[in-house]
Amino acid sequence: MARAVTTQHKTIATLAAWIVALLIFFPILYTIITSFKSEQEAIQGFNLIPSGTFESYSEVQQQSGYFKFFFNSVLLSVGSTILALIVAIPAAWSMAFSPTRRTKDILMWMLSTKMMPAVAVLFPIYLIFRDSGLLDSRIGLMVMLMLINLPIVVWMLYTYFREIPGEILEAARMDGASLWNEIIYVLTPMAVPGIASTMLLNIILAWNEAFWTIRLTTTNAAPLTAFISSFSSPQGLFWAKLSAASTLAIAPILIMGWFSQKQLVRGLTFGAVK
Amino acid sequence: MKLRTLTLGLLSASALAFAAHAESITIATVNNGDMVRMQKLTDDFTKANPDIQLNWVTLEENVLRERVTTDIATKGGQYDVMTIGTYEVPIWAKQNWLLPLDKLGDDYDTKDIIPAIAGGLSVDGKLYAAPFYGESSFVMYRKDLMEKAGLKMPDAPTWDFIKQAADKMTDRANGVNGVCLRGKAGWGENMAFLTAMSNSFGARWFDENWKPQFDQPEWKNTLQFYVDLMKADGPEGASSNGFNENLALFQQGKCGMWIDATVAASFVSDPKNSTVADKVGYALAPDNGLGKRGNWLWAWSLAIPAGTQKADAAEKFVSWATSKHYAELVASKEGWANVPPGTRSSLYANPEYQKAAPFAKMTLDSINAADPTHPTVKPVPYVGVQFVAIPEFQGLGTTVGQLFSAALAGQSSVDDALKQAQDAATAAMTEGGYIK
Repeated sequence: MARAVTTQHKTIATLAAWIVALLIFFPILYTIITSFKSEQEAIQGFNLIPSGTFESYSEVQQQSGYFKFFFNSVLLSVGSTILALIVAIPAAWSMAFSPTRRTKDILMWMLSTKMMPAVAVLFPIYLIFRDSGLLDSRIGLMVMLMLINLPIVVWMLYTYFREIPGEILEAARMDGASLWNEIIYVLTPMAVPGIASTMLLNIILAWNEAFWTIRLTTTNAAPLTAFISSFSSPQGLFWAKLSAASTLAIAPILIMGWFSQKQLVRGLTFGAVK
Repeated sequence: MKLRTLTLGLLSASALAFAAHAESITIATVNNGDMVRMQKLTDDFTKANPDIQLNWVTLEENVLRERVTTDIATKGGQYDVMTIGTYEVPIWAKQNWLLPLDKLGDDYDTKDIIPAIAGGLSVDGKLYAAPFYGESSFVMYRKDLMEKAGLKMPDAPTWDFIKQAADKMTDRANGVNGVCLRGKAGWGENMAFLTAMSNSFGARWFDENWKPQFDQPEWKNTLQFYVDLMKADGPEGASSNGFNENLALFQQGKCGMWIDATVAASFVSDPKNSTVADKVGYALAPDNGLGKRGNWLWAWSLAIPAGTQKADAAEKFVSWATSKHYAELVASKEGWANVPPGTRSSLYANPEYQKAAPFAKMTLDSINAADPTHPTVKPVPYVGVQFVAIPEFQGLGTTVGQLFSAALAGQSSVDDALKQAQDAATAAMTEGGYIK
């Protein structure tokens, strides 16, 4: 009897998980389906079976070069993530292993910067970028994306580092390891799952960031978010083309997420059951 | 061998020097058919101007508006040519944010620009943006359904006729709505239509002292007529329909009439995309016998920001893109029907264009019927037919648009929507220092 209940519970839980997953994934799935429709089909209401035309993909490719935007997206998301890790690993180390009375407040303050709408600082940031000659530059945008995601990166790493016993680091110090050696050779290898998942999440966040990447770029540094934005039309049908552009833009990150999901889930649930 | 190496070296060096000398200009634009076509035809420009390279930035309309506003207000210098509309031009020109276009060339023929359009893009007699394509609004209707209803559309209908025709054409069983109108909230969406419509009902946004006028009977008549008409004869979910949604409905044969941009004529009469291409008739926007019609005036135009370092190259490009030569270039490559409409009188005098575009005369008549400097029956202190050319209008227009969209959706009454609109407009005008 007990086994029957367990099986029933399992079935219900599995079914619920599938329904939730489908609900979350459905908008993406419908975007992909719409990208294989003609413009007329796309606007004719809900329909899950497309005619299977590649017309939109060919028009999107003709209208603007995908690869230039793709290259910028890769460079910006990976570059900003590396920069963020370089700053965040030492910061999280000091907060986790050498906390002060103010550590909690600093962590909260860092997180509070995420609570302000980005548009509130659009003009100051735009002026700083203009005066530093950083408008439409990859370096400038990389630094911007790093700063946006830094609070999350520090918080995640801080949580992972707290799970590592301080005694191990002390032992390394006793053996004469310098501070950098301690961070690079002892702490980092032990926190690899945490760092990897932080890295993956940060790449996804940077890849999808649309506010600053559209507003601080024109042509040279414009990533895939700007590519998608260019397909919305004030007068004329555009849903199929917009869906094709969106599918092309999300495909790389979707594939990366699929292959690294084990690592991502492992990192995100690291220490959760302790 | 040495000589060959030297020659090759010199050639490469001169090529590099030339490439370094080439000036690149950045053009910000929206994604619509005419703009996309222009991007494909720019070889003609770069061949004639090999020292100028063109970089394109295409953005969604609202994002473009925000991006170019930020850039021009901060003198960011990111763009050398901007695509802006008749709303921005007078405001930005007065702020000295735009360069006057006085070097468009001897053969440009500025006088050929349709006077109503040129007026909307000029300040103190100086042209600050060159129109790329212009539009008004008019009635597009199904000739077959009109005939079935036993009616004949006059060239210049009244609102009462529109109501009568819509009632007769509505056939819910066959999915035909008598009339399709904009309902989606936004200053450039439902408020473009409703502001233009209100002009023909004798309404105005503000009196001569900038006092909002939503508490006056003219606005009540406008909004009540619109809501009643749409409830009786409009499509389901009309409060979320904008230009594109109504275009799709009309092309699928689900609208008896559609009152919207004249530029839509080329879409609804295109047999590739429209199931009713051979059944469409055109008429002027309706009136109420008060001397003003419910049509608007808009032109997507090319302007040069004051912060650019490449004004000469930018003006050369603007001159090319809005010239008679460009119209001929489009005609030779893609046919006369695809020439950007609504900017030059000479295009409408061209028999080949008249033949290719059966809606040409009605488009020109509609554009000529709009007067941005005297848009309303009663006097007003502002310029603009379907907008008020003040910086506060974008925000206020959208707020009022949301209130009117809610009235159409049945979430509030016409009286409540008008009262809230009056309060919002009074607050915005007081805050802006227009009324004390």
